[in-house]
Amino acid sequence: MPRINSAAELEKLRKGILSKKDPNKPSIAICAGMGCLVRDKGRIIAAFEEEIDKKDLKTKVGLRATGCHGFCEKGPMIVIYPEEISYVEVTPKDVPEIVSRTVLGKKVIDRLLYTDPDTGKKATHQSEIPFYKNQMRHLMGNSTKIDPQSIDDYLAVSGYSALSKALLEMSPKEVLEEIKKANLRGRGGGGFPAGRKWETARNAPGKEKYVIVNAHEGELGAFMDRAILSGNPHSVLEGLIIGAYAVGSHQGFIYARHDAPRMKNNIDIAVAKAEEYGFLGENILGSGFDFLVEVHLDIGIFVSGESSALMRSIEGNPPEPRPKYIRTSVKGIWEKPSVLNNVETWANVPLIINKGSEWYTSTGTARSKGTKLVSLSGNIVNTGVAEVPFGTTVREIVYGIGGGIPKGKKLKAVHFGGPMGGSIPESLLDTPLDFDELAKLGAPIGAGSILVLDEDTSMVDVARYFLDFLSNESCGKCVPCREGIRQMLKILTNIREGKGKEGDIELLEEIAEVTGAASLCALGKTAADPLLSTLRYFRDEYETNNESVKSPAEKRE
Amino acid sequence: MIMGKQKKTSEIIVQIDGKKVKAAEGMTILEAAQKADIFIPTLCHHEKLEPHGLCRICTVEVEVRGWTSLVAACLYPVEKDLVVKTRSEKVDKIRKLILEFLLAHAPNSLQLQDLAQEYSADPDRFEKESSFCVLCGLCVRYCAEVKKKNAVGFVECGARREIRFVPEIAATECINCKECFELCPTSYLQAAFVLTESLAFSTDSSPTAIKK
Repeated sequence: MPRINSAAELEKLRKGILSKKDPNKPSIAICAGMGCLVRDKGRIIAAFEEEIDKKDLKTKVGLRATGCHGFCEKGPMIVIYPEEISYVEVTPKDVPEIVSRTVLGKKVIDRLLYTDPDTGKKATHQSEIPFYKNQMRHLMGNSTKIDPQSIDDYLAVSGYSALSKALLEMSPKEVLEEIKKANLRGRGGGGFPAGRKWETARNAPGKEKYVIVNAHEGELGAFMDRAILSGNPHSVLEGLIIGAYAVGSHQGFIYARHDAPRMKNNIDIAVAKAEEYGFLGENILGSGFDFLVEVHLDIGIFVSGESSALMRSIEGNPPEPRPKYIRTSVKGIWEKPSVLNNVETWANVPLIINKGSEWYTSTGTARSKGTKLVSLSGNIVNTGVAEVPFGTTVREIVYGIGGGIPKGKKLKAVHFGGPMGGSIPESLLDTPLDFDELAKLGAPIGAGSILVLDEDTSMVDVARYFLDFLSNESCGKCVPCREGIRQMLKILTNIREGKGKEGDIELLEEIAEVTGAASLCALGKTAADPLLSTLRYFRDEYETNNESVKSPAEKRE
Repeated sequence: MIMGKQKKTSEIIVQIDGKKVKAAEGMTILEAAQKADIFIPTLCHHEKLEPHGLCRICTVEVEVRGWTSLVAACLYPVEKDLVVKTRSEKVDKIRKLILEFLLAHAPNSLQLQDLAQEYSADPDRFEKESSFCVLCGLCVRYCAEVKKKNAVGFVECGARREIRFVPEIAATECINCKECFELCPTSYLQAAFVLTESLAFSTDSSPTAIKK
C-alpha cells in the first residue's frame, strides 16, 4: 500500500473501499469485547468461521470480530447485516441455524432476540433494546461496523477525514481554538479542559514535546476505555495525531495495560497500518507535519495511571508520582512539555474537528459538553458500557439503561469513580451526569465507572474495599498516603468485625483530612474520598455497624 | 539538578513567618528558610540529595496571589509575593499525625521522639507495627545519587513497601562503604545490612553461593 500524500488521494482510496463494499452483502458482526470473549472464550467466532467454511460461503458472507457492543450483560452478542438483526446470548450450537436461517434464509430466530423483562416484548434490532434506545452513541456508534484490525473499515466510516481537515485546512492554532470552544474536558477523572492543557504545552518553551494516550484505566469497574481502544483504535490514534499537530509535538505515546493482550495487539496493528497508509510518519498527507507513536506497557499497579507516575514509567523509571509544582504540560517526560489525555478524550477530538464545536456543544450541560461513556456494574440488571449525553440523570442511567436493580431489591447508593470516588444515596438519583454537579456531592464522575449498590450493601465495607485496594496499589512513597491508608483500613476492618471503638469516626475523619491535604499525588489526596462520602450520607452505618449486609466482593462469591 | 544551583539567579523577596527573606530564584522554601535561620522540620531531606518530598513533615502553608495551599517546603520553589507560614493549626495537625504514624513503626527513633514532643504527638496513638524503617529513602537515594551504586533499593509498593539490599551489589560494594548507615534516622539500616550479609554474602562469588 503506497503512502497517501494528499486529501484527494485519501478520498480516492475511501471511494475505492466503499465501492468494494456491497451494502446488500450479508455480514456478521460478532462482539469480541472483553465481556463477550470471557464468557465464550472466542468459540463463537471459531464456530462461524467453521460454518462459513463448511458451507463454502467465504466470498458471499462477511465475518468480523468487532469491538465491544456495550451490552455485556447479554453477551455474546452478534449483529447480522444488512438487516441489522441483533441476537443476544448466542452459543456455538446456535451458529449453523443462524447461518442457514437468518444469514441465508433472511428469517429471524425468535429465541435469540432480546426480550424486555418488563414488557415481554422482543427486540429485533439493537436500537429497540431499552439499553441502547436511551443512549447517544457518538463514540460507540460504529462499534458493530468496524473490525478493529482493519484500517479500511475505519476509512469506510469517514475515518481520518478529521485528520485531513485539520492538517490541510486548519492551522494548529485553529485546531486548538476549536477544541477550546468545544470545552472538551478530560474524561480520565479530573475533567480538566483539554484545550487549556494543550495550550500550556504549546506555549511552553522547547522544541521537543510529547502527547500521550492514557490507556491505563485502572479504576475498579471501569471498562469503557478498553472498549473504545480495542474496538476502534484508529479513532483514538486520529485524535492523538490531531492533538500533536495542535500542540507542536512529533512524538506520541500510548500507555496501555500489560494485562490486555488483545487490546495491545489491536493498537500495534493500528499503529503499523497508520504508518503504512501515511497517517503517521513523515510529511503526513503531504502536510509537512511529522509524527510517530510508540506503545508502552505498564508494570501493573494502579498508581501507574497517575499522570506523573505514568510519565516516569515511560522514561523507564519506577511508576512513582513526582511532586507536581510544575505541571507536566510544561515539564513532563524527560522534563519536556507533555500532554496526557485519556482514551475517551482523544476519541472525541476527530468528532469535534469534523462536525465543529458548535455541533459538539449542543449536547450536554452548561459546563459538561458532549457525551460520556460509563461502565455499569454491581447490582444492576444490565451490566455494560453505555454512552449518554452529559445531563442524563443518574436515575435514567440506572433504570432506563441499566434496567434497575435485580431481584426486586431497593437501590441504596450509586458509587462513581472507583477507589478515588464517592457514593450518592437514592435520594440524589435525579442529579444530572455532570463533572461539577457530582463533584459537589462528593462523588466526582471519575473515569466513568458506575457501581450500583443495593439495599444489602454495607457502605462501611464499600469504603473498606476501596482502601484495601489502594493499600496494595499506591506506590507507598509518601507517608500520609501509605500510612493514612494503612490506619484507615485497620479501623474500618475493626468496625466491620464488631471491634469498633468510641472515637473511631473522629479518628477516621482526622486521618482523611491529613491524607487529603498532605499527600504527594492525586491518589493520596483522594484516597479517603469513598470513606468521606459514605460518612457524609451513611454515617449511621458507621455508628451502628450492621453485620447482615455484605461487601460487593463478598456478594460476588 | 538541585534547584539552588542554577546559574542565573535573580533575587526574590519572600515572607516567611512574617519575616522578609531574600532568596534566589530557583531556591526552595526550605532553602530560603534555612538561609534565614528559620527551622522547618525534615526527615527525608539531605543537602547532598535531590529533594524527594516523601515524608511530608516539611509541609507548610503558603499564600500566593490570594490562594492558600499546603505544600512540601523541600520542593516548592520560591516565587514573587510568596507568603509562607511554617507553623499553623493545619500544619501542626499534619506533622503531629505523620509523627504518630511513623512512631508506630520506629518508636525508639530519637529524631522522631524529639519532634513528637514539639508537636504533642502521642507515640502510642496507633498500634505498634515495629518495622523500624520509616522508608525515608535516605540510604536508597544516597547510594544511587552520591555513590551511584544502587546497592539498596525499595521493593514492593503500597503498604508492603520496604528497603532491601541487593546482595549481588552489596556483597562487593557495601563492606568498605557503609556511608549510608549514619544517615538512617532509626537503627534499622544496619540491621538490614547485617541480615543481608549473613544470608546472602559469600566470599565465593559463584551464583550458587550467592543464592545460598
